[in-house]
Amino acid sequence: MSYTAATVQLLTTEGTLVTSDATAEYLPYIEKLSDDQLRDFHRQMVVIRRFDLDAANLQRQGQLAMWIPSLGQEAAQVGSGFAAKPQDHIFPSYREHVIARIRGVDLMRIIEMLRGLSHGGWDPKEHNNFHLYTLVLGSQTLHATGYAMGVQLDGATATGNPDTDEAVIVYFGDGSTSQGDVSESLVFAASYQTPQVFFLQNNQWAISVPVARQSRTPLYLRPGGFGIPGVQIDGNDVLASYAVTTANLDTARSGGGPGFIEALTYRMGAHTTSDDPTKYRDAVELEFWTKADPITRYEKFLRSRGEGDAFFADVEAEASDLTADIRRRTLALGGVPVSDMFDNVYSEPHPLMDAERTWLENYEASFEGGPA
Amino acid sequence: MSVENLSMAKAINLGLRQSLLADSKVLLMGEDIGPLGGVFRVTEGLHAEFGDKRVLDTPLAESGIVGTAIGLAMRGYRPVCEIQFDGFIFPAFDQITTQLAKLTSRHHGSLTMPVVIRVPFGGHIGAVEHHQESPEAYFAHTPGLRVVSPSNPHDAYWMIQESIASNDPVLFFEPKSRYWPKGDVDTAESGSPLHATRVVREGTEVTLVGYGPMVAMLLQAADIAASEGTSVEVIDLRSISPIDYEPIIASVQKTGRLVVAHEAPGFVSVGSEIAATVTERAFYSLEAPVLRVAGFDTPFPPAKLETAYLPDADRILEAVDRAMAY
Repeated sequence: MSYTAATVQLLTTEGTLVTSDATAEYLPYIEKLSDDQLRDFHRQMVVIRRFDLDAANLQRQGQLAMWIPSLGQEAAQVGSGFAAKPQDHIFPSYREHVIARIRGVDLMRIIEMLRGLSHGGWDPKEHNNFHLYTLVLGSQTLHATGYAMGVQLDGATATGNPDTDEAVIVYFGDGSTSQGDVSESLVFAASYQTPQVFFLQNNQWAISVPVARQSRTPLYLRPGGFGIPGVQIDGNDVLASYAVTTANLDTARSGGGPGFIEALTYRMGAHTTSDDPTKYRDAVELEFWTKADPITRYEKFLRSRGEGDAFFADVEAEASDLTADIRRRTLALGGVPVSDMFDNVYSEPHPLMDAERTWLENYEASFEGGPA
Repeated sequence: MSVENLSMAKAINLGLRQSLLADSKVLLMGEDIGPLGGVFRVTEGLHAEFGDKRVLDTPLAESGIVGTAIGLAMRGYRPVCEIQFDGFIFPAFDQITTQLAKLTSRHHGSLTMPVVIRVPFGGHIGAVEHHQESPEAYFAHTPGLRVVSPSNPHDAYWMIQESIASNDPVLFFEPKSRYWPKGDVDTAESGSPLHATRVVREGTEVTLVGYGPMVAMLLQAADIAASEGTSVEVIDLRSISPIDYEPIIASVQKTGRLVVAHEAPGFVSVGSEIAATVTERAFYSLEAPVLRVAGFDTPFPPAKLETAYLPDADRILEAVDRAMAY
């Protein structure tokens, strides 16, 4: 359940930087970050955690049908999310709320999904190439690989210009690694040498099944068999997540082919609000990961660099404002016109859609007091 | 008018070539479709003409082919996937039904999915298990997909191009048993839009409806019926989803009798759907119940039994006789 000798860690749980042969290639990425960027890492982690906890409360209060917590996985997501350049394309799984936020997706879109008002619906082209959540495990890995094949066919990568060359990053979890689609996407990515990064968040649990049931070997070793280099990182270390993802994306965008990152992290909460982890997890494990918390160590790091109370208070205030705003907007959400379900099943006219829409309208109108 | 006498395989080949020439975003992808030209040679010569970046020999993984085609379509490409045989489409079933079919809806219309999946299908080729099946009903049952099947070289030439031009995903079922007989192809004019049903033989007493490989069988049955004094109208469905019902309803209003035929098993089938809808929409015109002639509800049998399993002209005529007896 814990880290291995191969795990790349740049920031200890005490908040100190690790300087060693193993970290030498990655530390320069951190040295290039401005103070504001370093603060942003913290800001995003704290704000999303507060949002996440309050969204779970909204579910308990009957406002959402379900919530999918990202509690504990903030560093893996924030670091890799900031590593993606504006021209890069991000294919999430369904738990990457903070990356959605970083790429400009209003978190209400996710609230609406889990309230039962939509299946996503945002346009990735208008949201900095952040694609829709995919709920079938691993399906998005093939979409990402196909997309990366298209980037390659367009000649939009490996031109030598890191400010325009495009790369693709796809997120998935430890359970998904057992899905055939993930293996097939590794085959295609290796075969066509696509400009993409596979980002595995190993949060140790696929609902109630531990990662040991998915794999007898560490998952970062699996891509090696496909001809794709793999690296394991401390996924609760936002600096490692940022630096290693940046390095892998740089390799991908410069024509060096796909890479694979296994981020060791922990799903501190339930799989979803329908789950009860007390039935299958023990306290010792939770204690280990609580000590490895991504936000605690990063706050220590920032304070050691001289960051003062004012900043941390400001972040707390932003988190409070966001959660209050989300709560207010959630309570104000209306319904969806029933005719919406027919509107975009096809992009071109379809007689069955027309007939069924008309039938439903007439049926609704047939009730006393119904629409005329 | 420019007419050529071509096999369906060659007609599809020429249709694919036209689409590749017309739009640089059109790509072909599949197993063995490159230098070999596909196991049925439908893509023969296209790799040599258009190269690796337009005609992609893929790894041997059907979910991978369709899943990456989806990603390519998200990027603005118009992939045409070849599934080598009907019975091998099932590894891709998840990507087709949970992703391809739903992505336009999931994106509230901001994303289109112009992906064509070509599927050589049906029996009469004496092949081993998984190589003679008719899985079209699974896809017709899935909202978000369009499903078509040509019965002759002319339609095949045009329908493949129209399918590629469609912004919705299209399952394109190619009748293997009809790949090699030649027919006239008018390369100047298609004659019908993609989803139009067509009356291919006029008659007055019984309407026969079928698609793909069954149309030739229906025409053969109609000839025999005519020699025995029964006038049969034959309708080529062409489009399995959506179904263009107007010509079928008009025909049934004239004949009062309908027989629907396909190679696929009859239980919960395209034939069942047509029977239910025609019964609803033309009840007072019917002189007899709508009858289905279909493959049996068994796994496709070993090839030596396929002629007993698949509907032939005699089984169609047996149904015509039953309809006429009411």
